[in-house]
Amino acid sequence: MRDSPKGKRASLFVTCMVDMLYPETGWAVVDILEHLGVAVNFPSKQTCCGQPAFNAGDRDSAKRVAIQFLKAFKDAEVIVTPSGSCAAMVRREYPILFADDPRWCDEAKRAAAITWEFTEYLVWGLGISDLQLRLPERRSFAFHDACHGLRMLGLGAAARTLLKNMGNAVVEELQESDVCCGFGGVFSVKMADVSGAMLARKIRGIQECSAETIVTGDVSCITHMNGGLARTPSPKRVRHIADVLADALPDKSP
Amino acid sequence: MKVTSNDFTSAATSSLKDGEMRRSVNQATTTAYQKRIDLMFEAGHAHGEALRRRAAQAKRRALQRLPELLDQAEAKLTANGAHVLWASDGDEVNRLVLEIISQHAVNSVVKSKSMVSEEVGLNEALEGQGIEVIETDLGEYILQLAGEPPSHIVTPVIHKTLTSIRDLFIEQLNMTPTDDAQEMARFARQVLREKFITADMGITGGNFLIAETGSIGLVTNEGNGRMVTCLPRVHVAIVGIEKIVATLEDYALLTQVLPRSATGQSMPVYTHMYNGPRKAGEADGPDEMYVILVDNGRSAIFNSGYAQILTCIRCGACMNACPVYQSTGGHAYGWVYPGPLGAVLTPLLVGLERARPLPHASSLCGACKQVCPVDIDLPQMLLDLRHDLHHQRAVDPTWKWGMKLWAFGARFPALFGIGGRMARLLTGDRSLKRLPGLLSRWTKYRDFPPFAKQSFRRQWRERRGG
Repeated sequence: MRDSPKGKRASLFVTCMVDMLYPETGWAVVDILEHLGVAVNFPSKQTCCGQPAFNAGDRDSAKRVAIQFLKAFKDAEVIVTPSGSCAAMVRREYPILFADDPRWCDEAKRAAAITWEFTEYLVWGLGISDLQLRLPERRSFAFHDACHGLRMLGLGAAARTLLKNMGNAVVEELQESDVCCGFGGVFSVKMADVSGAMLARKIRGIQECSAETIVTGDVSCITHMNGGLARTPSPKRVRHIADVLADALPDKSP
Repeated sequence: MKVTSNDFTSAATSSLKDGEMRRSVNQATTTAYQKRIDLMFEAGHAHGEALRRRAAQAKRRALQRLPELLDQAEAKLTANGAHVLWASDGDEVNRLVLEIISQHAVNSVVKSKSMVSEEVGLNEALEGQGIEVIETDLGEYILQLAGEPPSHIVTPVIHKTLTSIRDLFIEQLNMTPTDDAQEMARFARQVLREKFITADMGITGGNFLIAETGSIGLVTNEGNGRMVTCLPRVHVAIVGIEKIVATLEDYALLTQVLPRSATGQSMPVYTHMYNGPRKAGEADGPDEMYVILVDNGRSAIFNSGYAQILTCIRCGACMNACPVYQSTGGHAYGWVYPGPLGAVLTPLLVGLERARPLPHASSLCGACKQVCPVDIDLPQMLLDLRHDLHHQRAVDPTWKWGMKLWAFGARFPALFGIGGRMARLLTGDRSLKRLPGLLSRWTKYRDFPPFAKQSFRRQWRERRGG
């Protein structure tokens, strides 16, 4: 059992992609947490978790970046991040990466123990599965289960619960919702044609889905799927769960 | 079998253009994937997961005692009247089989499916000496007629359509034209029946080697395994040393998860145990039984950080679940074992330098680990192999230095921030449709979104200070 994060300050690890491409998603997380009365800070020395280098096989580089992460969050009580993939990197891979490094081994284990993906932090950490919010108008959603969150952290149910309990939100099913969109980091470029074929399959599913909006928990997958959807006539887009939930916050409603 | 795994990327691209093959593979794998879920969890999710856990433990226990259990199996088999031979590599397997062939004046051989025999190129070695070898698993027989290698370890003809098989039978065996699959199978059975009756030697693989009793455990669905082992005078079982399990009880457990994972069956149509040759007074069985225990790179894996891959029971579930395999089919992987299993095992058995792209032939989605009946951490092994590739400097310099540059920037938050701002200045406020160099492979299939006008870190500093 993990230590409860209740009553502790949440340090936001915004992730490199949200930082540079989707700052509004970072604010959605901050707004929801503050709406719930959680104190949030943003350790300014953070950059990236190091996963790109780790997945490319360059563990020396991954380690250097991960050390930057550990330094940035050394005073954190709880780390919250809007990415299942980055959370899994810290939780599952940091202990492996630093297993033989006495200087950082304990820090890595500590970071792993206090890091939470955004939706699991709300549902399983704080025990809030109903945000008591209502969307301004009725809208339909379907989930794409981002792989690392689903299989490395066992998420899946958390985000769905939050959305199902939101007023005016109808949750439908996306076919093959647990099949990878083909992103896979360097895979999308190294094996671009295979990745593109996987994307095409995912896009077919999205186009056939009755929901207006597809929701997922990782902006990397969103970048991939929306990048592909932009080349189709389909108006459908994929959004981050935090953005969708934040739409219902009081000061955001018209 | 020739190794062409270094061509994975281009072979995959060609495979992707073969719409007919992709439809066949997609349909077969998604059906098998669904049937596996139905049968694995027929008594509830917790029960299915417990079965997986126990199966994994059984195989891991056996692996820990590998040398000792192999000795035990050898002693039991010998006591049962079988000959046990050890082969350190593929050439030795082929040499041993040819020796047995000449010793027993064998002219024709029937085989049931054996992936290890594909590994060592047994058919070619035997045919080179003028011996007739007939594959009797229907899928393998079709491939033998077509002159193709298998593209899946359980359903080797997964890439072929019924029509292409019909044409092959008409062309090569003068079958009366029909589109009825059952009719075609009946025809093939007649052809094969002749071969079973006249063959001098039967060759099988072995799904398990049970140390406690000295038995070869074999599962099949077509009954060809039984014909191959009982009708000819000589039975040769070629078994990888990693097939060992300690007890009959473990065998019983593993034969519950194997068919559920492989074909979505609660049990296979035929579950065999072969303990030795026919004894005095027995009606069936061969006069002589040989068991060739094959290393061919396995003990090196046993002594490496990748030993867990030796617990694989070759069910093929990882292939059926893998969206990469589903897209490319098996031939692109360039050797005997395709899919996530092949992406790990091929570099370990043939050498990483002969299979460099394979550790990267995965989006690391983890579906393979999720379905693995013995819970092998395939994604972690792929990551470890990528690490090995990096250490061997077998990495494209553009990649390597690109990654190093990025990692350097990520060590300095200010520099990281400047990097983001420069990207925005260079690319503007619109989605990118075409990127240069390596990144053009991204824009081949997707746009790239605009960089934020102001990064989150800057916005935070402006709004909240600090």
